[in-house]
Amino acid sequence: MAKIELNGIRKTFDQTAILKGIDLAIEDGEFIALIGPSGCGKSTLLRIIAGLEPQSSGEVRIDGVQVDGIRPSARNLAMVFQSYALYPHLTVFDNIAVPLRMRRHSALARMPLVGRLLPGRARTEHGIREDVERVAAQLELSALLKRKPGQLSGGQRQRVAVGRAIVRQPVGFLFDEPLSNLDAKLRVHMRAELAQLHRQLKATFVYVTHDQAEAMTMSSRIAVMIEGNIVQIGTPAEVYENPRDIRVAEFVGSPKINAMPGVIREDRGLEVLGRQLRLNTTAAAGRCTVCVRPERMELGHGPGAIAGIVTHLEHLGAEAFIHVKVDRIDLPLLARVSPDQQLPEIGSAIHLGFSANAVRIFDAAGKRIDVTAPARSERVREKALG
Amino acid sequence: MTPRPRAIVWSVARHSLLLAGAAFILLPFVWMISTASKPQTEIFTKSIHFIPHSFALWDNFATAFGKANLWRFLLNGVVVTVSIFVLQVLIALPAAYALAKLRFAGREVLFALVLFCILIPPQATAIPVFLLFHQFGILDSYAALIVPFTISAFGIFLMRQFFKTVPDDLIEAARMDGISEFGIVWRVMLPTAIPALTAFGIFSVVAHWNDYFWPLIVLNSEHLRTPPLGVASFRNEEAGTNYGPLMAAAIVIIAPLVVAFLLAQRRFIEGITLTGIK
Ligand SMILES: Nc1ncnc2c1ncn2[C@@H]1O[C@H](COP(=O)(O)OP(=O)(O)OP(=O)(O)O)[C@@H](O)[C@H]1O
Ligand SMILES: [Mg+2]
Repeated sequence: MAKIELNGIRKTFDQTAILKGIDLAIEDGEFIALIGPSGCGKSTLLRIIAGLEPQSSGEVRIDGVQVDGIRPSARNLAMVFQSYALYPHLTVFDNIAVPLRMRRHSALARMPLVGRLLPGRARTEHGIREDVERVAAQLELSALLKRKPGQLSGGQRQRVAVGRAIVRQPVGFLFDEPLSNLDAKLRVHMRAELAQLHRQLKATFVYVTHDQAEAMTMSSRIAVMIEGNIVQIGTPAEVYENPRDIRVAEFVGSPKINAMPGVIREDRGLEVLGRQLRLNTTAAAGRCTVCVRPERMELGHGPGAIAGIVTHLEHLGAEAFIHVKVDRIDLPLLARVSPDQQLPEIGSAIHLGFSANAVRIFDAAGKRIDVTAPARSERVREKALG
Repeated sequence: MTPRPRAIVWSVARHSLLLAGAAFILLPFVWMISTASKPQTEIFTKSIHFIPHSFALWDNFATAFGKANLWRFLLNGVVVTVSIFVLQVLIALPAAYALAKLRFAGREVLFALVLFCILIPPQATAIPVFLLFHQFGILDSYAALIVPFTISAFGIFLMRQFFKTVPDDLIEAARMDGISEFGIVWRVMLPTAIPALTAFGIFSVVAHWNDYFWPLIVLNSEHLRTPPLGVASFRNEEAGTNYGPLMAAAIVIIAPLVVAFLLAQRRFIEGITLTGIK
């Protein structure tokens, strides 16, 4: 069980800065998800933690010990790769046994032919067999031990990769998009299995994904990485409800958050699309972006409601998305509604509003601005618009 | 459904062309077997006949084995080709792994040099190597037959191209599992590269089994002769060329390659198509 600390990790490939100073403390036994758009450096960071890639500067500490220059296998971490990376020529049993054999046998005992003659090898091999079979039973692989990876389904291969990782009981696990090659249904199933595994092993899990559903459902904390920086770390609810940066707000949540151009006035009032919001801020006057999650958009008339035309409807059974084109915004605004209510026709004119506590405001640089409801407001949940 | 007449004509033309080509290539072999089966008197007749009137194959084999130590030549061939191939693999695989998967300064330059070495014909370096071996005093030995071929630039190139296609994840997984870099070469890369290695093995074994030039230069002793050199010794012996036993001996020395090919035909073809080299 291990605490993993990263201090000022930088990485450049051919003069291109990929990681720009990552500080991250991962607690012992924590399940942390690392999310971010493609190419932001998630895999690179994971490989630096594993020791597969040297960092350009900064340090990695595992349980307080600086591990720079320590070989990957000696860091006592296990990694599960997106492609599973099973040895194609070995059976499932041998695949899972490899890390144990490399650890428990001497170099001589691992030699083909000669090794078999060594005294004590049989006993070690017996212990390895027991451990592999225990792990196989835990992952329901017992019936498949004699097969080669080529004869397994994607989900089974995934489990073999997990088996190979857990068999030597490392202090931490690194997962690089382990579920992205599975179909949607299996992914949901494996999600639950991995979460269960974490509860069972109580080891530190670092889980890279760009699937936010995985991050939101499995992890205790999410670190959002954008362009080589960790922009925000927090619980899934915090990251979703209180994004500190507009890029986090836009990356987390599907469909994407609605962004509307707004203005901070000299008198500290706020305007969106030329309408006044019943909110104040202490931030300096200037342009800003007003964001509202689709599920917080409300249909209906009212003073100051935003008028628009329905351009598209998505009916997903449990929910429906209404795309509304509004003047002065390129992208349509999205409203997520329950489908049991009467949905508007495509092409019809509708009005959208939202309550004051649904609004998240970001300044021109993309940083979050804190807002307060004016003192005179007594109602707890006052509508900001509409 | 009957095929259209034009298709039949085309198919006939195609097959006769292929048959003619096959016959052209097979003719020397057929002639070799035919000659090996004839007694001396029939070989120099004016008329061409493939089937001998009196069958003398066994006599010719007996003469061939009696005149020269063919078993010894075959054994020499096996010792030399196997040693060369094993040493080539021992050197080419780690080199190819480094060139394909490790990052170090000067890698591209080294690879360019390997490519350049493929272009140098062995005849060009024959004299310097001969002089060098003379200095070392290892002419006329197995070492003289084996050592010059242990580093195969072509082998390094071929395996490097194949290793490029092995996913990096597999190598990194091996590093996480605690396998050393040399361990990765033998435990991970070698097993996945069997098809490419088979292809390389064919080229190497065929080339060195049949090599005539180099053994001719470095050898004096009869007991070290490789198969082609041994067969050639039938020609200029004082009694004049005796073609029947000569052809019988030729059959003996190509037999191991033919048998090996027939046994492992499918693997060979897999290996060769895989590397895209013919
Ligand atoms: N060995 C390398 N040499 C040069 N550039 C590299 C190397 N490895 C990664 N990069 C670059 O670093 C950047 C980050 O790559 P990385 O694989 O960490 O992204 P990622 O966040 O894992 O993306 P994805 O979600 O698509 O897996 C990419 O722009 C990539 O091109
Ligand atoms: Mg990645």
